[in-house]
Amino acid sequence: MTTILFYLFSALLLGAALFVVLNRNPIYSVVGLVFAFMNLAAMYFLLEAYFIGVLQVLVYAGAIMVLFLFVVMLLNVQPDRPHPGLIHPDRWWFGIMALIFVSLFLLLIGQGVRALLTSPAEDAAGMGSVADVGEALFTSFLLPFEIASLLLTVALIGTVFLAKKKV
Amino acid sequence: MSWSDLNSTLPELALAVTALILLILEVVKEPPRAQFAWTALGGIALALVLEFALPIEGQFYNGMIALDHFSRFLNVIFMITAAGAVLIAVPYLRKSLEERGEYYALLLFATIGMMFMAKAHDLTILFLGLELLSIPLYILVGFYRHRVRSNEASLKYLLLGAFSTGFFLFGIALLYGSTGATHYDAIRQAIVSDGQLSPAMTLAGFGLLLVGFAFKVALVPFHMYAPDVYEGAPTAITAFLSTGPKVAGFAAFLKVIITSFAVTTQHWWGIVWVLAALTMTVGNVTAIRQDNLKRMLAFSSVAHAGYLAVAVLVGTYDSAFGMMFYLAVYAVTTLGAFGVVALIEGEEETSLEIDGYRGLARRSPFLAAIFTLAMVSLAGFPPTAGFLGKYFVFSAAVDTGNTWNIWLVVIAILNSLISVYYYLRPVVAMYMQEPADETPLPMSRVAVPVFLVLVLIVLGFGIFPMMLVKSGVAAAGSLF
Repeated sequence: MTTILFYLFSALLLGAALFVVLNRNPIYSVVGLVFAFMNLAAMYFLLEAYFIGVLQVLVYAGAIMVLFLFVVMLLNVQPDRPHPGLIHPDRWWFGIMALIFVSLFLLLIGQGVRALLTSPAEDAAGMGSVADVGEALFTSFLLPFEIASLLLTVALIGTVFLAKKKV
Repeated sequence: MSWSDLNSTLPELALAVTALILLILEVVKEPPRAQFAWTALGGIALALVLEFALPIEGQFYNGMIALDHFSRFLNVIFMITAAGAVLIAVPYLRKSLEERGEYYALLLFATIGMMFMAKAHDLTILFLGLELLSIPLYILVGFYRHRVRSNEASLKYLLLGAFSTGFFLFGIALLYGSTGATHYDAIRQAIVSDGQLSPAMTLAGFGLLLVGFAFKVALVPFHMYAPDVYEGAPTAITAFLSTGPKVAGFAAFLKVIITSFAVTTQHWWGIVWVLAALTMTVGNVTAIRQDNLKRMLAFSSVAHAGYLAVAVLVGTYDSAFGMMFYLAVYAVTTLGAFGVVALIEGEEETSLEIDGYRGLARRSPFLAAIFTLAMVSLAGFPPTAGFLGKYFVFSAAVDTGNTWNIWLVVIAILNSLISVYYYLRPVVAMYMQEPADETPLPMSRVAVPVFLVLVLIVLGFGIFPMMLVKSGVAAAGSLF
């Protein structure tokens, strides 16, 4: 059952991601991204990482994407002109590179899937609750947590400095 | 967490506290703000003292960081680089009335990132260190908000950097998926004992990691951003940009390869071989055509990345030592060279072309002599330390006896010969041509220590290299 759900959500996730990239209307792309994040959250649930899954919905699909949508609407971005299509004399090398990349990637995925099917999945129980995540964050992952806080401080300083009219 | 864990990160803590103090001072203090630079220098000095006052070794925070001779050697380079960048910035910022606390604070944050990259023994910390280095640099490159070039460079760097970060993170994810670990030793264990999910996935993860590193240290073909970003950034930042991230990137690259992926060499050495050969050739050949000194030095730093990639490729004890020596010399020399460029370029970057250097020996003999020394060392003439660095790296490659390595060294030496041409062009202009105007250049006394350290390291360690050799050997030793 889990395996079927995994493939279902993976397919939806990939489809949504392709929709984001290929769509020429920014608003549709943003909505597609929300859908992709929802599917990603479903993947977390399948891994029994419930708290991370909820955060994914609340923070990414919720808060951050609403911000994206606001920015796109405020900037009033016009839908892009239809692009000349992937098959174009100027783009043949691009097509070949993409083909090589995709076939290599499929090969890789196939290998990984085969390995996954032959080896049992690890027991992920006991990492899903808020308490577990919190404890891991403040014991074994204390240092990454603190560095990440420095990182956010820097990003905040940068945003204020670069975006303010007069500092 | 125990006290020893906390002690192991005291230098970084000192720098972080200094940076926060600077941010507060920025709000409180009215210009002129000469104290800012001194506060930053004080923080760096404190961190340097703490680095040596706590001679602890081992792994801390559940093995996430490792303190050894390697991390100490590099941290000293980083702090010297940071101090040099602060000193170069003082006259530079004063000239353009942009003396701000954020500048020094961001510089210190970037230094913390580099220090964590050298200390990292876990891909999580490596990634966070890399980001803590990159994000302040994106901001600093665009520090001159009213200059279009500066904005353009910042945006280019941010977009391409974010892209390479994506590759890097995807690589870490694949490695974790395959080996179940982010710890360097655990990854090696999984590879050696065949505890990986799929060897192809591990290699793909390593490949993506390689792309991330190659971008940070500007290996061809991931160097496209380098000339534009180096040219558009404020010159005082270019000095930092072409030394700090490159040293940190190569150090972390070397450590990851030697600690985790040495057993898989046969799968990737060909790629790194091509990258190294391409990088030095493209860097040197393109540098010949540049008239703008900043662009020329940018391509020169690309070329040096190619020489350093040789050391990564060889991956022996000798080559690791050669790389340590090379990195120390390269950092100081390039910092000094950009320091001179920053002092000469004038208001609004008017004299960056090679014509602006004509007859400089008469206008400012001191700067001309320093610049000549830096160029000679970068070109790799004896008796400068630049020569020894190249000698150590190349001889380590030849000593392996591998035909491919020897061919790579042949390419590298041919490239060094090409590089002599463009390194000596400004020297010829400075000493053998008439200046356009004879007015002596005003000389900033603040930057003098940077140049004295440059003379000390380039000539001092070029003639009496034993001290640097000893610490380099110890640093390389703790990797094996």
